[in-house]
Amino acid sequence: MKNLFKSNAVIMLVFSAVVLSAPIWADPIGANYPDLLQKFAIFGLFAVGYNILFGLTGYLSFGHAAFLGVGSYAAVWSLKLLTMNVFLGIILATIISGLFALVIGFISLRRSGIYFSILTLAFAQMSYSLAYSVLTPITNGETGLQIAADDPRFLDRLFGITQEGVAIPSTHFFGFDIKSMDGYFGFYFAAVVLIIGFYIALKIFRSPFGLKLKAIKSNQTRMTYTGFNTRPYLLSAFVISGMYAGLAGSIMVAIDPLAGAERMQWTASGEVVLMTILGGVGTLIGPMLGAAIIKYAENIFSALNNTELTQMFNFAPETIQNALVFIVEPFVGKGWHLSLGAMFMLVVIFLPGGVMEGVERILRLFGIGKKKKVVEGDAK
Amino acid sequence: MKKNDQTPHLDRRGFMKKTAAAGVVASSPMFFMKGAYAAKDFRNDPKDSKTVTLGFNVPQSGAYADEGADELRAYKLAVKHLNGEGDGGMMKTMKPSMLKGNGILGKKVVFSTGDTQTKSDAARASAKRMIEKDGALMISGGSSSGVAIAVQGLCQEMGTIFMAGLTHSNDTTGKDRRRYGFRHFFNTEMSGASLGPVLEKEFGKERSAYHLTADYTWGWSQEGSIKKYTEALGWETKAAVKTPLGAGDFSQYITPVLNSGADVLVLNHYGKDMVNSLTQAVQFGLRDKNINGKDFQIVVPLFSRLMAQGAGENIKGIFGSTNWNWALKDEGSQAFVKSFGAEYGNPPSQAAHTCYVQTLLYANACEMAGTFYPPEVIKALEGFKFDGMGNGATEYRAEDHQCFKDVLVVRGNQNPNSQFDLLEVVQEVPRAQVEYDSKEFGGELGPYEV
Repeated sequence: MKNLFKSNAVIMLVFSAVVLSAPIWADPIGANYPDLLQKFAIFGLFAVGYNILFGLTGYLSFGHAAFLGVGSYAAVWSLKLLTMNVFLGIILATIISGLFALVIGFISLRRSGIYFSILTLAFAQMSYSLAYSVLTPITNGETGLQIAADDPRFLDRLFGITQEGVAIPSTHFFGFDIKSMDGYFGFYFAAVVLIIGFYIALKIFRSPFGLKLKAIKSNQTRMTYTGFNTRPYLLSAFVISGMYAGLAGSIMVAIDPLAGAERMQWTASGEVVLMTILGGVGTLIGPMLGAAIIKYAENIFSALNNTELTQMFNFAPETIQNALVFIVEPFVGKGWHLSLGAMFMLVVIFLPGGVMEGVERILRLFGIGKKKKVVEGDAK
Repeated sequence: MKKNDQTPHLDRRGFMKKTAAAGVVASSPMFFMKGAYAAKDFRNDPKDSKTVTLGFNVPQSGAYADEGADELRAYKLAVKHLNGEGDGGMMKTMKPSMLKGNGILGKKVVFSTGDTQTKSDAARASAKRMIEKDGALMISGGSSSGVAIAVQGLCQEMGTIFMAGLTHSNDTTGKDRRRYGFRHFFNTEMSGASLGPVLEKEFGKERSAYHLTADYTWGWSQEGSIKKYTEALGWETKAAVKTPLGAGDFSQYITPVLNSGADVLVLNHYGKDMVNSLTQAVQFGLRDKNINGKDFQIVVPLFSRLMAQGAGENIKGIFGSTNWNWALKDEGSQAFVKSFGAEYGNPPSQAAHTCYVQTLLYANACEMAGTFYPPEVIKALEGFKFDGMGNGATEYRAEDHQCFKDVLVVRGNQNPNSQFDLLEVVQEVPRAQVEYDSKEFGGELGPYEV
């Protein structure tokens, strides 16, 4: 009984239930529409992967958006050249972004701390500039890479698969149209990948490999003195998290077959750092929570305008209503970054462990967390 | 039924299958609701609702934010007029018109807005939000052709009509044309065709041009069109340099122009980019130079008053083309300028004009079709001929969903009468001169039903 909450099966069961029931719990907060739910799952996956590097080893990479972008481009090219079945695109994208991460990681990991961060940032910006203007034939620059009716799609042609009566064929997973069920199939697809990705991350967190990564975070020098060569472990973590990013990028393409250079911009890299810190660095669930919070703010807060606010404060008398609208307005719509920034500051100042620390404190208040602590103590 | 579709690829992990199935079962009421909804009808059918929602997707940040803000003002005004508020604007001058000032098909028009950030991803995300969450029946907006093409592709997939706002690239109704996308604005081909003869008259046949081009679909398209028509005159193209969108500082691109031997600089820029590059080109003294015995000239093929306002003094005497100008004297333009001015205190830009017209055209097409069902609305718009919307007689060509009408060649006003009187119309180039074959740029519209 006391180990129940720590067993993998139970964690996975609860996690899957929560993720797959998203259309139900997201409904009251106005987030139940396929595009946002898909974003929750995709960026959740991105953050889970990022957390394997940042959360476990403490190496702060500022260039993970580059892998997301590479994954996206690889997936679109697979759709264009090979087949509209996204399965192959996802596999290819994951492999290619992994190779890309291997090269960048091999160079960047020669340094640590701030120098590592700067190196990754530089590589990511370089990739962005390449995608934006130099490699225009491959990336279609600012316009973004899209699929077209006259793409070769050699594999589809080889097997004689054509989609009749449509200008642009749609992506499918072994015959299941990604856009079916009003877009909800896309969400469940991304959600299942997220669950698999989460399971792998859980395994890594609880493996000897994960323990070594945590040891690197706590004291790399001591690790070296005990006879461990830390670099292979770091590089593996870097490549794994790069593959997660590429996977997330390819899922984005599977659902919406388009890749743009802005996906690789440094702001996109910064976003995943924010997600991870906001949710809780090094926790399993935290980065996903952070991703959901940021995507929710980006899509819902940014869409509120004066009229909606006025409606929202309808209950108050007019002067108070106007005052409330006046106060709140700068924080929504165009100013949603402001509210995100404020939220981020509050979390970092009062809950350095992110939202997960807040959750733990609340649980402890109700006496649930305490028990868990005792269990952990027993284990020691 | 859909439960069974879900599970096959989950077979590998037994326990996962159970959890996944449980989740699907738990959320299945949603599907049955949605499935039943989508089975017969079309997406976001307003049915018995008293309102109909339109989605306005404009850049509220980035290089085209000024244009976006003006577009949004125009949309709000159009919605007001459609609902029978205000003075009606161009609804009174539009011919033929079935608009009654009681919303669309008797339903009051409401709207939701989105910020495209001039990024394809962000634009598609906000368009999806408006379609999936807010129930928008039509999406309109633009200011960047890259974004317009991306959103137009999305709207085709979603079966939602897209009434493009400001987008000038040939591709929008050329190789990337879509059945569900419509463009009222003109394109770079028309700019080239209308500017060519004027440039010949003003600057002669022996010129060498240097292009600075915004590095995306619109820039490429405009560079191609201007090259095509100037080279036909006998002009030489010295170089064409791509600059990133939103670069801010163009000095590194302008310095080489001085030593290139070119005597005309063509700025294929728009919005803040054009304001910056033109200002810097003038500051570098390009216009005072005399090269090959000729005065150095700058041409800005796509002009707008908002940009002229941003560039100030530097705009004087510079040639370009435009879709519409507030100083036009026809009845429709006058009515629109009057009601826009009364509402916001300044005259509308060409971006505002095209967005306003598009909203009215969509509403009118619904009235003509007698339904919101997109394929019928599309058929009402295809080949629709109208007048009194500020551009004279205009036709929505059925083959590529491009509007054909007169194009204005303008010049920065030397002696402006007011702070808005910045462009003088040099020539109203008739429609026949800018018309081209619908197959010229390729492309496939795709099916009516999606």
